[in-house]
Amino acid sequence: MNGVHDMGGMHGLGSVAPEANEPVFHMRWEARALALTLAAGACGRWNIDKSRFARERIPGPDYLRMSYYEKWIAGLETLLTETGLVSREELAAGRSASRVADVSPPLIADRVAATLAQGGPTERKVTVEPRLSVGERIRARNLNPTEHTRLPRYVRGKCGTITRRHGAHVFPDANAHGRGEQPQHLYQVRFEGRELWGEQAIGPGAVYLDLWEDYLEPG
Amino acid sequence: MPAHEHDGGHDHDDHGQHPPSDMTLRVKSLESLLVEKGLVDPAALDAIVETYENKVGPRNGARVVARAWVDRDYKARLLDNATAAIAELGYGGRQGEHMIVVENTARVHNMVVCTLCSCYPWPVLGLPPVWYKSAPYRSRAVIDPMGVLAEFGLELAENVEIRVWDSTAEIRYLVLPERPPGTDSFSEAQLAELVSRDSMIGVAFASAPSPLPA
Repeated sequence: MNGVHDMGGMHGLGSVAPEANEPVFHMRWEARALALTLAAGACGRWNIDKSRFARERIPGPDYLRMSYYEKWIAGLETLLTETGLVSREELAAGRSASRVADVSPPLIADRVAATLAQGGPTERKVTVEPRLSVGERIRARNLNPTEHTRLPRYVRGKCGTITRRHGAHVFPDANAHGRGEQPQHLYQVRFEGRELWGEQAIGPGAVYLDLWEDYLEPG
Repeated sequence: MPAHEHDGGHDHDDHGQHPPSDMTLRVKSLESLLVEKGLVDPAALDAIVETYENKVGPRNGARVVARAWVDRDYKARLLDNATAAIAELGYGGRQGEHMIVVENTARVHNMVVCTLCSCYPWPVLGLPPVWYKSAPYRSRAVIDPMGVLAEFGLELAENVEIRVWDSTAEIRYLVLPERPPGTDSFSEAQLAELVSRDSMIGVAFASAPSPLPA
């Protein structure tokens, strides 16, 4: 979706303000927000792509105003209610009104290290051969889905060169919407600064993105 | 965000003199609801927080970089298959399942961003700092990398090519900064001390060694 989360290339959002000796969490609730998101995710009712899409659907003005972990909590509440694990009434009351059917035992402390170490690899074996080769010129397609995508607006319609093949990976555009993983080949693509930003592009340089086959056409 | 806008790492209610913030209440309420429903275990939450607050952080990445600086074969493996080479030092897993390391040289400077959200190599760098997740960095890193680097006080020579890596898939990028001059006699552990988080994102150089006491 063409939301404000897709920020690459925008002006006017301020200057970068690094904080010296920044703590991992500024407030205790931020630490709990991270942990709740990871632990609830371990229930297996959604995936990382659904999770990203839940945050992208935060209305634009709110998205820009909210702090990072505020967005995580908003996203988590969306996922919990949309999957039916929690009702809006329960969220408002902070009290359980009913048991969840078919819920597996939660992630326990002893399993945290192993679960984090395992992570969620997205590479999959597929039988279909990659259509594109390293060195090949491509154009990023001009796609504007209202659903989740990982094709940023700033490269759509632009030409680049394949610099690496990553194998086949879970396709977020499908996986975020309950259509299964539909793994397809993923490529590293180099876009020259001038191609993206015109003759006034500042200095020599390029931007690299990792893009799925469905995002690309011959250049 | 300037430090004074924060409360020094404590919730307001920890001080006992301010009412708890809305977010403190909202997250507490959500946690107790999910515990009551049997969806999360509070001890697991503690273990997750403990992991990212104390166990996983940029010291991991600094060890990887220092090893690459002293061990040519390791560096070759790191640039060839970063996931496996990083796993040799015991790091991997969530948000580092598929790693690529990009090397800074006299001619090429790499920097990493996630324009769409906040993708970041957790096993080697820990959780991302606020600026990395902020709109100014995410918006401008790809269109004005020189301007962004200038805000970090970094100036590159004119003939240096800037490569910006936008983490749009599940591949995570780590920058291998240049080894600072004057460090020939340094041990691997001493070298690791020169490697900052920011140098592995590509918005800083590895630190020059402090002058030896006279």
